[in-house]
Amino acid sequence: MINFEYSRAGDVADAVRQIAADPHAKFIAGGTNLIDLMKYEIERPARLIDISRLPLTKVEETASGGLRIGALVPNSDLAYHPLIAERYPLIGSAILAGASQQLRNMASTGGNLLQRTRCHYFYDVATPCNKREPGSGCSAIAGVNRMHAILGTSEACIATHPSDMCVALAALEAKVHVAGPGGERVIAFEDFHRLPGDTPQRDTILEANEIITAIELPPRGFATNYTYIKIRDRLSYAFALISVAAALELDGDRIGEARLALGGVAHKPWRDKGAEAALRGRPATGATFKDAADVLLRGAKGYGHNDFKIELARRAIVRALTQAAHGTPQSQANKKIL
Amino acid sequence: MPDQDAAPSANPLAVPSKIPIRITVNGVERELTLAPWTTLLDALRDHLDLTGTKKGCDHGQCGACTILVDGRRINSCLTLAVMTDGASVTTVEGLAKDGTLHPVQQAFIDHDAFQCGYCTSGQICSAVGLMAEGKAHSADDIRELMSGNICRCGAYPNIVAAIEQAMGQS
Repeated sequence: MINFEYSRAGDVADAVRQIAADPHAKFIAGGTNLIDLMKYEIERPARLIDISRLPLTKVEETASGGLRIGALVPNSDLAYHPLIAERYPLIGSAILAGASQQLRNMASTGGNLLQRTRCHYFYDVATPCNKREPGSGCSAIAGVNRMHAILGTSEACIATHPSDMCVALAALEAKVHVAGPGGERVIAFEDFHRLPGDTPQRDTILEANEIITAIELPPRGFATNYTYIKIRDRLSYAFALISVAAALELDGDRIGEARLALGGVAHKPWRDKGAEAALRGRPATGATFKDAADVLLRGAKGYGHNDFKIELARRAIVRALTQAAHGTPQSQANKKIL
Repeated sequence: MPDQDAAPSANPLAVPSKIPIRITVNGVERELTLAPWTTLLDALRDHLDLTGTKKGCDHGQCGACTILVDGRRINSCLTLAVMTDGASVTTVEGLAKDGTLHPVQQAFIDHDAFQCGYCTSGQICSAVGLMAEGKAHSADDIRELMSGNICRCGAYPNIVAAIEQAMGQS
């Protein structure tokens, strides 16, 4: 780790003031990704502004019947929160599928969104990486790319966003509340994370002088027909090869509303509204689910080692929609996929 | 991401100042003056001579450095000590009371839940944290919620049995 200065933010306005005054500063909350990257000198902030003591730790019901989650609510507290368990169990399930309990105890809700989209070449400072060093090239495209993206890739970057929680938030149409020097703004979740294009060094549209204050959930929670399936090389504490968040509202055997988002496949949590449209109004059967998977994967592209992920994604989507339709969500403790 | 090639705003040769903090470690209040980049793990081992907490991967992947901060298990290798100012820290050295081992420590001995022992203090602190959380109700739950603690010797079945014993006693 390189040397850096340290200061604490007194309130949100002070945090924004401090970061606006120092272009080489970064916020730190849980620090689980940032400190790791600083130890490799991939992130090299000259100052850390500690926001971990700001009063952004509440989970509150909104006037519209949704939920407002403070940006500093720890991942573990959110996963087990009674209102999440009762109304948005997809989020709790996704959080518990990710990281370890130690990391979930440290990691914040806002920080989960801001963990870097990354791959092992991003971590390996001896190799070119456009995300780490813009213009240096992508080592993954012609390298070992078993874990890499199959959707929304570019010639510059095929890394994936590793969050599980964000896949659920994408499916549930969360909103990101942000404060900056110009005041506050609200960003739709689907707009928050970026595809790599030719600027893979930017993971999100958040400006360097902005801070996430809260995540807002709309009233619709899909608490009856949902699942989060995560497929990975070991049963726990590993990034997804493919993960699927599926949420349905059923009208008898017919699908009313449908949500479908994938993790481990793209530079951002990958929600596909076309695939959701292919589910709405149709019978909740395997044939319908296969059609939706075909729509979602129509532009999928493998890079050699990760070719298998396209077929794996297809099967995981069908399995997830089947679990959601049956009201039998995946257990994150007993990993048997039924 | 900031432009990493640009010079930092402050003089890059100036060493940032050390920061005084006060933390309670195993019931004893300690005052330290630390560089901002000192991890809690290094503060415990190198500044307080509490070497029971181990450095394994130093990247949050192995769990050997697990300790309890304000009762919650965390990876001390990914925690900056200055951020814990005012906190109460419990390490493996602080678990036994009046010469009697903590039930989790005793259970690890009873079940031979280790071989080389390097991961053990992290495993034990993690298990104490797991029991305080109260979310584990089966062996599957224990395995899942202990997955942040790697045992290179592969003592997992005995570790799960030890935790089941300790949970049965609490």
